[in-house]
Amino acid sequence: MKKIFGIITIALFMYACGTDDTTITTDDSGTDNTGNFDRSAMLTNWADNIIVPGYVDFNEKVNTLESATAAFTANASDLTAVRAAWLDAYTTWQKVSMFEIGPAETVNLRLNVNIYPANITTIESNIDNGSYDFGLSSNRAAKGFPALDYLLYGLGADDAAILSVYNGTEGAAYQQYLNDVVADMKELTASVLSEWQGSYRATFIDNDGASATASTDRFVNDYIFYYEKFLRAGKMGIPGGVFSGNVELGNIEALYAGNLSKDLFLVGLDATQDFFNGKAYNTNAQGESLSSYLDELNAIKDGVDLSEIINSQFDVARASVSALGSFESELSQNPPTTFLEAYNEVQRLVPLLKVDMVSAMSISIDFADADGD
Amino acid sequence: MIQQQVKRYLNTQREAAPLAVFRVSFGLLMLSSIIRFWSYGWIEKFYIAPSFHFTFYGFDWVRPFGNYTYLLFAICALSTIMITLGYKYRLGVIVFFLSFTYIELMDKTMYLNHYYFISMLSFLMIFIPAGSYFSIDALQLSRKRTATPIQFVPRWTIDSIKLLLGIVYVYAGLAKLNSDWLVKAMPLKIWLPSKFDIPFIGDLLGQEWVHYAFSWFGVGYDLLIPFFLLWRKSRPFAFIMVIIFHVLTRVLFPIGMFPYVMIVSALIFFDAGFHKRIIYAFAKAVHYPQQLLKTSQRYTSRNPSITKASVIVVVVFFTIQLLLPWRYLAYPGELFWTEEGYRFSWRVMLMEKSGYAQFKIVDGVSGKRFYVDNTDFLTPLQEKQMSFQPDFILEYAHYLRDHFESQGHQEVEVYVESYVALNGRLSTTYIDPNVDLAQIEDSFAHKNWIIPFTDEIKGL
Repeated sequence: MKKIFGIITIALFMYACGTDDTTITTDDSGTDNTGNFDRSAMLTNWADNIIVPGYVDFNEKVNTLESATAAFTANASDLTAVRAAWLDAYTTWQKVSMFEIGPAETVNLRLNVNIYPANITTIESNIDNGSYDFGLSSNRAAKGFPALDYLLYGLGADDAAILSVYNGTEGAAYQQYLNDVVADMKELTASVLSEWQGSYRATFIDNDGASATASTDRFVNDYIFYYEKFLRAGKMGIPGGVFSGNVELGNIEALYAGNLSKDLFLVGLDATQDFFNGKAYNTNAQGESLSSYLDELNAIKDGVDLSEIINSQFDVARASVSALGSFESELSQNPPTTFLEAYNEVQRLVPLLKVDMVSAMSISIDFADADGD
Repeated sequence: MIQQQVKRYLNTQREAAPLAVFRVSFGLLMLSSIIRFWSYGWIEKFYIAPSFHFTFYGFDWVRPFGNYTYLLFAICALSTIMITLGYKYRLGVIVFFLSFTYIELMDKTMYLNHYYFISMLSFLMIFIPAGSYFSIDALQLSRKRTATPIQFVPRWTIDSIKLLLGIVYVYAGLAKLNSDWLVKAMPLKIWLPSKFDIPFIGDLLGQEWVHYAFSWFGVGYDLLIPFFLLWRKSRPFAFIMVIIFHVLTRVLFPIGMFPYVMIVSALIFFDAGFHKRIIYAFAKAVHYPQQLLKTSQRYTSRNPSITKASVIVVVVFFTIQLLLPWRYLAYPGELFWTEEGYRFSWRVMLMEKSGYAQFKIVDGVSGKRFYVDNTDFLTPLQEKQMSFQPDFILEYAHYLRDHFESQGHQEVEVYVESYVALNGRLSTTYIDPNVDLAQIEDSFAHKNWIIPFTDEIKGL
């Protein structure tokens, strides 16, 4: 008995010395832990049923966009098809934008695909020069969906004016730029997807421990970061002047197409809620998720039903944003009271996710020493 | 009568070996602690990169020195080597105390009870002749002045280290005598299940009885361990418990060097014979002259009035140590919620507390209002710490006021919408959102702009 005790103590001691900030991984034997939530099952559900299918879908939409663009540049007579393909891909983007981890993080997919507002000066000078390196971060605001928004909707007052640019003296340069922007998106998306379909899935799922570098902890941080920064602030807060005190109509998403920003927001909101509930991509099947994790913890803790509170706040936020007119029309009010009220409902989710959920799951924010005993 | 006893106690001497072992291991641990901190890039990350630092009340003049902060750490590291070798020991330990304390005062985001413990311990060590035995100082003394290095030191100097350790443990134990810890097994009920991936015991950590067992064992350990270490018969058992307990905390929680410091410190409770064996073995390895370790020379003070002053300082020091943790009684409201009187009291591992704070800036003249993106000013760690501690929130609010006034806004008002969750309770509003924090002066007075705690935690 004494011996076993000693061995375990020494083993734990060595383990203690060996783990500092490095990732903790354990062998996943697949057995059900008694009273423990299986993080690996949740990671598997995220990867196989949500993230990878999402990227597959997005990749298809980008491919469709590519062929629509190619068709348009071959015969620049009608914007309808290419615009539809753009919108379709843009809408699908809202469902995968939150997955900025691993391959997407490596290539900075979000920063490369959807930085808005687009920088028109850079776009125009790029077209003028005829040479540009999309790998440069200075060109990030000159490509992606916002650049396409400008190229498909913003080049002229009406469709005829826009088409005349593509058919004018510099038309070839504009056509080339349009193709290049889409090609850049296609390349980035394909690389992210192939990584996920290749080795990254296993890396992601195997890193199923609990530490600041474990997949769950990192992804929850990324997820909340997306909700707070890109969904809440980017799509509503910043245009609504929440952080500056002035309404910033120019910072609205899909500025030139117009009247899309609200729909894109709602798609993003749905996607974040579906992710929270572990809903398989574009279906209603549910797997292990943050929500079921909270339920599991709740069973131990005997506390309030946090997943229900979060879900109902998602619903309230959706209802209040859905009730708005287009963001453009709301923001033309001064002050945009109803818009800001809806924003407040969106905002209310932040402390629920960032404080209550993170605290319940004991997710680490950053690696540093904590207070001990 | 009592006076005589005290006098006799103060004149009692004991073998110096325990102090020497303590000094060497303390020095080595502190050195590795600094190397560890440095190698993680934390000097840059926590002290140089942030544009804003949270300071302690009255210590806002303590600031990092930009890139020269590395020099400060280098000086601190150098002093640990002086302590280890016992080379100009007193100078070394004074430099260590000052530099280490300065480092800890630079940003209270980094406050840890461990660091406070190290500061206090090194302060105490200034008054303890830990560098007079098995040290370069002793070696030089024997060579230069034909004086004999000492073999004995005043007993109280060894006992004072034991007393400090005892205070740390007992107060940490007393702080756990509350309903959250004992009745709800909080916060261990939140923390332990997330450690499911630890070998051997990972599976157990999700079970409720384990949470209670750990909580109750933890209290018992903290309250009793100093006494078990003092009693000769239980000492070996107690030391095994010390090792198990601290190794376990090291496995379960990211608490850095602290467990090792506590394990090594607990050696001070052992008899001189034990320490002498360690030192003899060590001395042999480094060719330290054996005769200097067996001199039977007693400690004599070169200047009795300094010795007297030392005793008085140490007595005052311990009086403060014993009283400071109780200062929270002077404040209304729940201590865990307001944190008024929480720090410097050995309250460790008591709370799973997190918060969210969104600041609203109002230009008092134009009426323009907007919210602040905290990531513009704070590091993730700073934001995390700020969001549930009122003094952080106030200091940050003042910083925001000054920042936006320097940007041309006038009569800036600062409001905060904040939510805090404590030990598994749902988050509730923390700071009164209608109070203009720009107008509030920081002080030790009760912060009446904290919304009172909605639940009750019974106990100390």
